[in-house]
This record gives sequence, C-alpha cells and structure tokens, in this order.
Amino acid sequence: MLEIVTRPHVQNFIDWSANRPEVVVLSADLTNSCEVGRWRDTYPDRFFSMGMAEQNMMGFAAGLAREGYTPFIHTFAVFIYRRPYDQLAMSIAYPNLPVRMIGFLPGIVTPGGVTHQAIEDVSILRATPNMTILETGDATEIESVLDVAHAVDGPVYVRMLRGEVARLFPKSAPMVFNKARTLSEGDDVLLLSSGIITEEAIRASAAVKDRGVSVQHLHISTLKPFTDPTVMEAINKVRHGVITMENHTIVGGLGSAVAELMAEAGAAKPLLRLGLRDTYAHGASQQYLMKEYGLDAAALVRGIETIMDRSLNIKEEQLAEVRIEDVHSLAKAEAL
Amino acid sequence: MKGPKEKPEADDWMSRTQTVADNIRLRGFEYVMRANGGYLSQICSAAEILAFLYTRALKLEPAGSPISPGPFTGVPAAGRSYSSGSIYNGAKAPHLDRFFFSPAHYALPLYVALIEVGRMTADGLAEFKKDGSTVELIGAEHSPGFESTTGSLAQALSQAGGVALARRMKGDTGLTWVMMSDGEFQEGQTWEAFQALSFHKLDSIRVIVDVNKQQCDGPMDSVMTIDPLGDRLRAFGAHVVEVDAHDLAAMDAALDQAQPGKPLVILANSNPSMGIPLLEERRPILHYLRFSSDEERQKYAAAFQAMKEASSCWKS
Repeated sequence: MLEIVTRPHVQNFIDWSANRPEVVVLSADLTNSCEVGRWRDTYPDRFFSMGMAEQNMMGFAAGLAREGYTPFIHTFAVFIYRRPYDQLAMSIAYPNLPVRMIGFLPGIVTPGGVTHQAIEDVSILRATPNMTILETGDATEIESVLDVAHAVDGPVYVRMLRGEVARLFPKSAPMVFNKARTLSEGDDVLLLSSGIITEEAIRASAAVKDRGVSVQHLHISTLKPFTDPTVMEAINKVRHGVITMENHTIVGGLGSAVAELMAEAGAAKPLLRLGLRDTYAHGASQQYLMKEYGLDAAALVRGIETIMDRSLNIKEEQLAEVRIEDVHSLAKAEAL
Repeated sequence: MKGPKEKPEADDWMSRTQTVADNIRLRGFEYVMRANGGYLSQICSAAEILAFLYTRALKLEPAGSPISPGPFTGVPAAGRSYSSGSIYNGAKAPHLDRFFFSPAHYALPLYVALIEVGRMTADGLAEFKKDGSTVELIGAEHSPGFESTTGSLAQALSQAGGVALARRMKGDTGLTWVMMSDGEFQEGQTWEAFQALSFHKLDSIRVIVDVNKQQCDGPMDSVMTIDPLGDRLRAFGAHVVEVDAHDLAAMDAALDQAQPGKPLVILANSNPSMGIPLLEERRPILHYLRFSSDEERQKYAAAFQAMKEASSCWKS
C-alpha cells in the first residue's frame, strides 16, 4: 500500500532546527495552520509572532537575515506573494537575503476559495530576480526540502504541503536542487508534473502504459532555476510531444518554463499545458476542484489522447483502480 | 522633562553641529543651482536633523578618510560581491549604532551631509545622477550612506525592526536608528511596524521624523492628513517626543527620554524653507524645485550668492 504520512513537517522541522540556532520562525497568525505550533513550543525564543501584518513581517525577516539569522516565514502562500509583494521584492529579493518563505496551500488544495488559493505564485516569483522556487510533491520532499532551501545563497520560496501526505518517493531519495526525478522512461510522450499533480500523473501514466503508450515522466521540484539538462534531453527523446501539468495557472508556471525552454532550443514539438486555464477557482474540495479544472488523472489521459491523436479507451473507474505503489517501486529503481 | 545639559559642553557641540547644518544647506543649494533644480526643501527641513544625527546622536565608527564613491558594479546576486553604502557610516560593531535611511528621495541631503561630516569626498557629489555611478537620485543600498533599499517608502522601519530584534538576541548594546519622512505615516506598513516594535518591546529603536508636512502633491493636509501624529504613535505604544527640527538643544534633550519597552520617536517639526525663505513663494508645492524661467533661476542664484557671502564658514 501507498504510505500516508501525517503532518511530516511538524517533527521533521523541529529535529532539523535543533542544531541550527540561526533558524528563526516568523508567523502571521497561522501558526498551527502551518504546522509550526509545536516548533514554537519547542523553541519559544526563536519564534516570533508578527500578527496579521505580512508587509511588516517581510521587513523583519529581511532585518533578521541581514544580521545572520535564517528566517523561515510560515504562512499561507497567498499571503507571501500577493499581499506583501513590494516588501518581498524590495526588502528581501533585491538584497538577495537568505529568507525562506514556506507557503502553504498551493493551488487548489484548499476549500478556502479564491482568497486562499495560490494559483499564480510561481508565475510572479519566477519573474522576481534572485528568487529560487521549490515545490514539494510528497512526504519525502517535505522532509528534504529544508536542506535544499538552506543551501541556497538567496531567498527561497517553497510550495509546501501539510496534513496527510503520500510518500511517493523513498526516504533514501531526497529532493535534489535543480534536478528532475525520472519516474518512468518512454519515448512516445514526455510528461512533466509537479507538486500534488505527480500522484495523479503516476496514476494516469500507469493506465496509458497498459494501452501501449510509452511515457517519459519527470517530476519537477525546482521551478526556478529551470536549467536541469535532464528536461531538454527528455524533450528531444519523445516522438509525439510534451505535456505539462501543474496545480497552478498555465500562464507563467511549469508549462511556461517548459515552453520557454523548447522555444529557445528550437524544439519543434507539440506542447500541451494542463492546469488552470487563466481562471480563478472557488471554494470546494480538492478532489472536486481537480476534476472541475482538469487537474486529475482523467484530464491527463485526455491530454495524452490529444497529443497522440488517438483514443485510449480508458474509463475513470480504471484510473481509480491503478495501484500507485507499482510505480512507487519504479521510482525507487530510478532514483537508486 | 528636558534634562539639563552642562552649558559649556553643550555650546561647543551645538555650534559645530550648526555649522555642519548651515553647510549642508549651502552645499545642497549650490548643487541644486548647478543641476538646475532638485529636492531643495528637503535640504532645508532636514539640515539640522542630519547634522545632529551624524555629529551628535549616532554612535558610529569615527570617520576615517572620506570615501570616494566608486562606480556601480551591479545589483546584489548570489556569488557576486556587492559594496554596501553602509561603509560610509563606518564598520559595524555590537556596541555601535546602526542607521537606516528611510526617505530615499532625500538622497541628496544625505550625500551632502556625508561630505560635511567628512565621510564622503566632496567630489562625490559630481557623481550625483551620473550614469553608472552609485550616487543615485533615489539611492539604493549601494549608494553612500544607505544600508538598505528604501525607495519604496515605509520599508526601512520594518527592516530596522528585524535588525534590532536580531541584535537583541545577539546581546548587542548599540542602538538602531531610522530616519523617516512624515509622508511615510500614510502607509499602512508604518503602523504594522510600530505595532510590532511595541509588541516585541524593541526599545533599542530610535526613529527621527522630518515632519515638514509636505509631500509630492502638496501640503499633506490636502493629500491625506496624519494628524494627530504624536497621539496616533502613542496609541501604538511608542514613546513620542515632539521638538523643533531646527533646535539642536531640543533634539538632544529628546535622546535622554527613551523609556524601557518602547521605541522612541522624535517628531522633528520642520520648516521646509528654513534658511532659504525665497522658497516660501512656491507654496503650496515645495516637493521639488524646478525653474520655470531664466528670471526665476537668476533670483535663486542671487539668493544663493547672498547666503554664501553671509556664511562665515563656507569652504567650497
């Protein structure tokens, strides 16, 4: 069975911080919602409540970073890049300060509706000089993203997951900076997915494989920089085309990053970008929204049919039946 | 309220500081005439504030030989060296103060002040607004005297709050100073910052505000009033002292009035035409001096000439 981990960030971040006295946490009234309530109780002298005042919180984080501390801002993603963007850009990103912005509720994972759904964060922060953007897709990445972020000389934004999280990748295969994970090898279609989409994509690619489609599947956890040669090699390798799928608008995110890469390399192949199609979402369950906005395994199967110009005759019930652990073991083999 | 100062000592520093202020006005005026316009009213309102900060209030590493501004070498980025404008304020040390300059459009007054206190070479002003120079119109953190990038107003106080919080954790004894302009109190972030400074009891913060009641569109009370500023700040938990921005003794007395657990705010009520009364005829818009005719320019040139001749200590 697929392992489900409950709140992996909670204890992992506490343990990780034990011998790093320079790590401090700033929170804007979403402490337990961002899984740092126990961190606060463990390290009360390094935890600073900033209240619902994100613009000021960005400035405080900048000041702490200038003095040698490493602030880990914990709040919902929308309150990092939307409300205090000028402060993020001018107080933190311009001076290239090592502030780690841990953004919860990426995309449509929350029923909190449009105000809580970070759907254009990657676009905006990709356009922000000096920023590094990481995205977690499973429990192993939640546990290893801290090391990746900590090694970066400059500000880092993390699309973070919380609560019950699947372990898709073995603990022995941590997130690696600017390195795509190869989840399956194939030469018909290249599929690039990130974050929560990867679990759906694994499901879909397993099903289409049963129909004889050969899928090269890459999981992306570093969205900026986007210079891993593995991606271009995979683009060159496939016959029919490339599909990107992201829990985000298709304008400016993973799909755009791949489009830029393909255009600059002169890769004359079809590209299908799946994601929110230049629209806001609304408050409903994750499962409902993924179906409504075409972010689920079924939407991906339709995408593969489009790019191959061929019907695969896969029913939704069949997708639900796909045992994800099969692919899990494949990922393990790839990642050694 | 006001702590009595020992008279002889007080007189000595005050005359020196006043000379610096007078020369800030003169050098600033001279530059503005040469450049055919500039932020002259800010030089008038802030001359004593800047002279007071650099010669009396700020505990900085003493100036060595004046620094000559180098060329702009690039924005901060990973793996690239970057020269901070804070070097003009001396080396950082736990027992020394830090100075954050919030109204970045006051860059010219700041540069002129750095020259007058011997921290920047006089020829550095020739670099002002020159392409490829660090002596920029609205400075960033590579510009002389700037430790951070504050041209998007009202961000310095939060940055300084983080610095003060860090310094408290490290056990530093030096203070963290912020100079602000009153227009910045229209920004919400300023009030977010004060509520946080109070909540976290950051009493090593010193804020001095040039309250000149002017902003880009004109008099502040025609744009967006912030009165009563002192009462608003007190309600946010700051300790507030209101002084005349051209009264050095009053500003000095305010230094002793810090209270434990509270940021100290010195509201320095200034006259934006101080020393150059000719500016009065430009009311209500004083933000930026731009000559509309050669006749007008001549009038200001004559005023500058008279001011220079009246000065006993102008050395330019």
